[in-house]
Amino acid sequence: MASEIMTLNMGPQHPSTHGVLRLVVELDGEVIQKITPHIGYLHRGIEKLSEHRTYHQALPLTDRMDYLAPMHNNLGYVLAVEKLLGIEVPERAETIRVIMAELTRLKSHLVWIACHALDIGAMTVFIYAFREREKIMELYEMVSGARMTSNYFRVGGLSRDLPAGFEAAVQEILDTFPGHFDTYEGLLTKNTIWLQRTIGNGVISADDAIDFGISGPALRGSGVDFDLRRDLPYSGYEKYDFKVPVGENCDTFDRYKVRLVEMRESVKIIDQAMKRLKPGPILADAPQVCYPPKESVYNSIEGLIHHFKIASEGFPVPEGEVYQGVENPKGELGYYMVSDGSSKPYRMRVRPPSFVNLGAIEKMAKGSMIADLVAVIGTLDIVLGEIDR
Amino acid sequence: MAENNRAVVKLKERFANALLDCKEYRGEVTVTVKKENILEVLKCLRDDLRYNFLTDVTAVDYLGQDPRFMVVYHLMSIPNKDRIRVKAPVTEADCSIDSATSLWNSANWLEREAYDLFGIDFKNHPNLVRILMTDDWVGHPLRKDYPLQGPDREPYKGRLS
Repeated sequence: MASEIMTLNMGPQHPSTHGVLRLVVELDGEVIQKITPHIGYLHRGIEKLSEHRTYHQALPLTDRMDYLAPMHNNLGYVLAVEKLLGIEVPERAETIRVIMAELTRLKSHLVWIACHALDIGAMTVFIYAFREREKIMELYEMVSGARMTSNYFRVGGLSRDLPAGFEAAVQEILDTFPGHFDTYEGLLTKNTIWLQRTIGNGVISADDAIDFGISGPALRGSGVDFDLRRDLPYSGYEKYDFKVPVGENCDTFDRYKVRLVEMRESVKIIDQAMKRLKPGPILADAPQVCYPPKESVYNSIEGLIHHFKIASEGFPVPEGEVYQGVENPKGELGYYMVSDGSSKPYRMRVRPPSFVNLGAIEKMAKGSMIADLVAVIGTLDIVLGEIDR
Repeated sequence: MAENNRAVVKLKERFANALLDCKEYRGEVTVTVKKENILEVLKCLRDDLRYNFLTDVTAVDYLGQDPRFMVVYHLMSIPNKDRIRVKAPVTEADCSIDSATSLWNSANWLEREAYDLFGIDFKNHPNLVRILMTDDWVGHPLRKDYPLQGPDREPYKGRLS
């Protein structure tokens, strides 16, 4: 029988393609021959906009990229600017950053497990994981005033200290979450449908993963033991004791296991960080850079002038260039900043993990069935807002 | 100092004529090389010095200077837990450089993005088409002479405050 290649547009309306991704799939029967991704046109133009903003004004742009992990985006940005400036952050601020970053990892992975399970057809996990995520969203709101676009970190520290009741709320999360993870595993890890849809699907070997620049849980799922938090530490991650999970079979199931273990490890890191938390300042001793305390802005003319100067003119940053990568839930999020000595970034480049990871989709899905493509998109855990900054 | 860095020492031995500059700033090593030699240098870094992971390819537009563009490669060594930055100047008149796709597949999309937003032509790239903008888009948005608010609009005059 003569066969014919069929071209099929998958997305942007397909639920698994996150709104703007379109995959032009060439099929021989049900088998994928070729994939041409069109990554959509969101075009917030964050890199271009930051060239016209001061360093403080560019910060709120960053948490809009990966809207599932806003604080991680903030973290990479403030670390890059702090590196350019050469300033040190007080210990309390650093510890709070770690707590918030790990809570963000939990939050992002919860959305991943929810959507990935839903893509494959498991509805219960979706509802459970969003219920748990809501707890972290409440914490976000408590700490920063916003549920999504937190804008909580500042160059030199944090925008404000932790509110009353934070510790109890975190403790509740620490106590209950491991049980929730057990529930997800109970629902999925021994579920025949789940196993058949994930084992041996979307295989990418360690060498190929490195070749394609894949980072984060997807890289570790392929058996590469590498985590920026442990291997190129930032924000004092070297002080925490945690395990880096690694997969063996390089398939969708391994990436699922890696992320689940990562969530359990995040809970441990938060627990350690909560115990380290000591009272102290939350902003670096750098009056040129950091906003003055609110009492002095409201009660003294010097404080008001000081605040006004930083808010309107920004602060000059020494000429030079730096790159700072952080371990985002999706992979390595990097900020490459070039300063020309003025108060605005000359060039701010974001190295987005989702963008680079998605580049490997054809390699991962070629030769498998069209139905497995859904699982491959889900396992990469992409956020289109980050792909098309 | 940058001179003592293992990679820099090796590159100085091998590519004495190609190296334009070596610098260390905030603990990060930057090597600037002639664009004719970029593939050789990257290959040497990948194979001999174990910088096996191409993290990023991007460009910077230094409008008003010559050469105008700087193509920037960020490499990472997974076994050595180390980073290095390689830069190559590209002039406006001959706005092209060899593609690194023969060394890393990750260069494919990253170079397409640099082509799309800066208009740098990556020679021997298998599929050099726009990736973020539509196919028929005119101009390269991240160039410094491209208006912030897009073409056919009043130029941006800064915030009123």
